[in-house]
Amino acid sequence: MSEEEQKKSVAFGETTDLENGEKVETSEGNTAEGHSVAENGDAEASTFDPSAVKKKKKPKKEKESENGEEAPKENGDGEAFDPKLLKKKKSKKAKAEEGEVGAEGDGEFDPTKLTKKPKKTTKKKAAGDDDDFQKRLEELGLEDKKDEPAAPQTQEEFEAELAQGGGVWAQDNATPFKYSQLLKRFYINLYEDHPELSGDGRLKNYKIPPPQVAREGNKKSIFANLPEIAKKMKRNPEHIIQFIFAELGTNGSVDGAGRLVIKGRFQQKQLESVLRRYIVEYLTCGTCKSPNTTLMKENRLFFVNCNICGSRKSVSAIKTGFQAALGKRKKMQA
Amino acid sequence: MSLDNLKSFDPFAETDGGDDKKDYIHIRIQQRNGRKTLTTIQGLPKEIDPKRVLKFAKKEFATNGSIVEDTELGEIIQLQGDQRQKISDLMMNSMGIKKSNIKIHGF
Repeated sequence: MSEEEQKKSVAFGETTDLENGEKVETSEGNTAEGHSVAENGDAEASTFDPSAVKKKKKPKKEKESENGEEAPKENGDGEAFDPKLLKKKKSKKAKAEEGEVGAEGDGEFDPTKLTKKPKKTTKKKAAGDDDDFQKRLEELGLEDKKDEPAAPQTQEEFEAELAQGGGVWAQDNATPFKYSQLLKRFYINLYEDHPELSGDGRLKNYKIPPPQVAREGNKKSIFANLPEIAKKMKRNPEHIIQFIFAELGTNGSVDGAGRLVIKGRFQQKQLESVLRRYIVEYLTCGTCKSPNTTLMKENRLFFVNCNICGSRKSVSAIKTGFQAALGKRKKMQA
Repeated sequence: MSLDNLKSFDPFAETDGGDDKKDYIHIRIQQRNGRKTLTTIQGLPKEIDPKRVLKFAKKEFATNGSIVEDTELGEIIQLQGDQRQKISDLMMNSMGIKKSNIKIHGF
C-alpha cells in the first residue's frame, strides 16, 4: 500500500502529507461506525428514534453502561485490526520525537542561528527527499570536477560561493561561465524559489518550516516563525492567528518582531497539529489536494481557489465557539 | 459498455462534509491554570439529554463536570480535564453519532 508507506514519512517540517491525513481519518471513522453498528445493533435503534424522547431515556442508561464495559474492548480490537491506526500512532510518536529534537536544537536563542537554521534544514531535506534532484546535482558536480579542478569541490562550497557572489560569480570576474555552472546555479535557484517545480515536476509532500515555540515567562508561549510560515503558505498571518486562537481557546498578541505571543503553555508539537489542521481545512484544494491555493473573501464567504486545477471550494469562517469563563471573570459574573 | 476503472474517483462529486455541515458537535479544550484543562462539548443534538450524558460521563471518566447555559449556543457540557478522546469515543460507540459530525478542536 503506497498510502501507508507515505504515511510513515509524515513528519512536520519535513513532510506534511495532507491527503493521507484526511484519508486515514475517514477510514477510522468508518471502522468505528462499523463496530458500533455491529455490536450495538438493537441498542442503537432506541437512540435513533427521535420521537421516543422520554422512552429513550431509560434504555439509554442501560445501554450506556453496557457500552461502557464494551467500549474499551472495542477500541482494543480496533487498534489491533486496523493497521492504519497503529501507523498513525507510531508516526505521531516519531513526529513528537523529531519535534523535540528540533526544539532542542532551536532552543538556544542565538539570533543568527534562528535565521540561518531553517535554510540549512531545507537544504538538507532537499538532499534527503529529492533523490532525482540530488542525483542531478551530483552528476553536475562530478562533471565540474573533471572539467576544472580549480572550481569548488563540494556542493556546500559551491552553494556558499554562489550565495556570497564569490569566485566566478564575482562582479569583476571576467572568466566566462561554464554551461555546467550555470545549470547548477539554475537548479539551486529553482529549488529555493519554487521547490514544487524542481524534482519530478510535482512535489507530493508539502513542507513548511516547523513552528518555533518558546516560553515567555510562565504563562505565555511565543510562536516565533509565524510570518515565515504564513509567507510559505501564502496566507494572511491574521487568518492563521485567528484560527490558532479559536482552536486553542485562548488569545494573545503579536509583538514588535512579528512573533505571535499566545496565552497559555503550548509546545511545538501541539502547534504543529493545529497548523496541520489549518492546512487541511484552509490550504489544500478539495479536488487535487494541492496546497497551492489562494483564499478569497466574497460576500462574507471565504473561498479557496486552487491555482493548479482551478477548482474552488467554500470554507467556513473561523468561529471561536463557546468559551468558558475562567478564574476571576467567572467570580465576577456570579 | 462499462468502463469500470474510470469510476474510481469522481472529480465532480461534492466534497465530503458538504451535507450536514451545520450540526457539528464541537469538542474543545481550554487551558486553565497550570496543567489543568477544561473540555467543553457544544452542539449536542436535541434528542440527547445532556444531563444524562453528563451523569454518565462523570461516573465513567471519574471526573467532575457541569452543564452551562449559553444564550446562543444552548446547553454546553463542561468536564474537568482533557476528556476529548474519551467523550468522542463514547458518542460514537453508544450515542450513534457519526465521527464526521464530531469535531475535536485544540492541540
